Amino acid sequence: MTLADGIWHQIFSFDNYGELLALVRNSLIAGAALGLIGGLAGVFVIMRDLPFAVHGISELSFAGASAALLLETNVVVGSIAGSLLAAGTIGVLGVRARDRNSVIGILMPFGLGLGVLFLALYKGRAANKFGLLTGQIVAVDTPQTTWLLGTSAVVLIALMAMWRPLTFASSDPDVAEARGVPVRALSFAFMLTLGLAVALSIQVVGALLVLSLLVTPAAAAARVTASPVLLPLLSVVFAVASIEGGILLALGSSIPISPYVTTISFTIYAACRLAGSYRTRRWGARRSTPQPA
Amino acid sequence: MISLRGAALSYGPRVVWRDLELDVRAREFLAVLGPNGSGKTSFVKALLGRQQLSAGTLTVLGRPPREASRHIGYVPQQAALSAHAMLRARDLVRFGIDGHRFGLRLRTAAVRRRVDEILESVGASGYADVPINLLSGGERQRVRIGQALATDPRILLCDEPLLSLDLNHQRAVTELVDARRRSHRTAVVFVTHEINPVLGLVDRVLYLAPGGYRVGTPEEVLTSESLSQLYGTQVDVVRVHGRVVVVGAPDEPAVEPHHPHETRDPLEVHEIDGARP
Repeated sequence: MTLADGIWHQIFSFDNYGELLALVRNSLIAGAALGLIGGLAGVFVIMRDLPFAVHGISELSFAGASAALLLETNVVVGSIAGSLLAAGTIGVLGVRARDRNSVIGILMPFGLGLGVLFLALYKGRAANKFGLLTGQIVAVDTPQTTWLLGTSAVVLIALMAMWRPLTFASSDPDVAEARGVPVRALSFAFMLTLGLAVALSIQVVGALLVLSLLVTPAAAAARVTASPVLLPLLSVVFAVASIEGGILLALGSSIPISPYVTTISFTIYAACRLAGSYRTRRWGARRSTPQPA
Repeated sequence: MISLRGAALSYGPRVVWRDLELDVRAREFLAVLGPNGSGKTSFVKALLGRQQLSAGTLTVLGRPPREASRHIGYVPQQAALSAHAMLRARDLVRFGIDGHRFGLRLRTAAVRRRVDEILESVGASGYADVPINLLSGGERQRVRIGQALATDPRILLCDEPLLSLDLNHQRAVTELVDARRRSHRTAVVFVTHEINPVLGLVDRVLYLAPGGYRVGTPEEVLTSESLSQLYGTQVDVVRVHGRVVVVGAPDEPAVEPHHPHETRDPLEVHEIDGARP
């Protein structure tokens, strides 16, 4: 057996796959829910230029989750608390984009530091620690699934309720404000919603790789469409495909789920980028034809 | 439709304008002129209820401006659109109809028909499905006017809508605005630094300057005497082939030139017309 074969078997081994599948049923359900809200929230992350905020929130969410681990309480709840705290702070202090980035830059290392501290104090299983940063699937047990699904529902309802004015305020803020859209309040409300979405994503892909669920799918979709219906739809499809594909592949291997999720979502992005450049050329051709004034 | 009484606006100690008395009637075309920093943008913000007056009163359709925002069609400056906007032309128009409403959209077919009608009326049907950031400035401005008309407004408020458009597109945009005014008796407030493209349409001019303001017909306001008095320095207004050229109006409070090659002639020809040398 060559070395390459050895590594291959370490990464993929699909013996007893059926039995394993039954074990991760909860994970698959949670994954679908996360893909749905990650794909939807991601649309606004791209539109409002918030990828850095997602990263910043995820580090504080990680601190909250590791505190919960240390205190032996519900990790999802800890993660949500940390997220909301970070999102609220960014929402209040960072109204303008320039302020926002420095607020995030200050919060992020603080959150990461706290998280490392709590993990260092934690004497439990090492896999639990690692999982918070890089993701895990088996960690999703039944009470956690209930929390995940419940919070997903809250995020979903909030996004649906403010979808239209939020799109207006995100892409055309001047006119939206002139039409009486509460631009500031929406911005804050979206930050909190985003905080919840981040806290949920961390449970599966981990704090370091949240961007692959909340940014990459929507960014990929934006490359191929500008339709307000197709954009969120594709984004959700990409996010669900990445996460469920990741879970199914990770099942047959000994390495964590996140490399699978990030690779799938990156591949989708690359493909969309290629397709998108073709599309831009097509519109570009239209532009260069002489037009009657 | 719009009424200002003793209106003043100041940022701290700096008074932008004061004692402003103005009534805009239905079907009237009011051009707002003035150098940079004279408070044109603040005027727009005040009309939209986004800027509180520091003294006096302002009513729009007899109400405080915020409550009337639904009846104002607003065409913003071109730069206003987010660079990250992922929208097609039709989506921008659609915002004008129901973008401010919470909850999911019902009655989609009716809204879509209305969007198609509006795009047709501003001559933008040909690029209804093109992403907005791929449109030319002139095309985008047509769509913007469509968006502003979507609410069936009683007042059309345009903030520098001709900026960076070529002459053909300038004419197309002003014609759209004028057609709306004639067909629906919509009042038009048109903020611009280029009076000439709209000179033939303008009923009255509001000329804002650091030293005060003038309101009246273009013939009354755009004269050497009136503007010299307003600026407190000799300003010449020349009419050539039906165009108005203002010579010697100080733009901005004088700035110390930083680079020798930027040295400015204090009496440079300040043409309130797009064509710069």
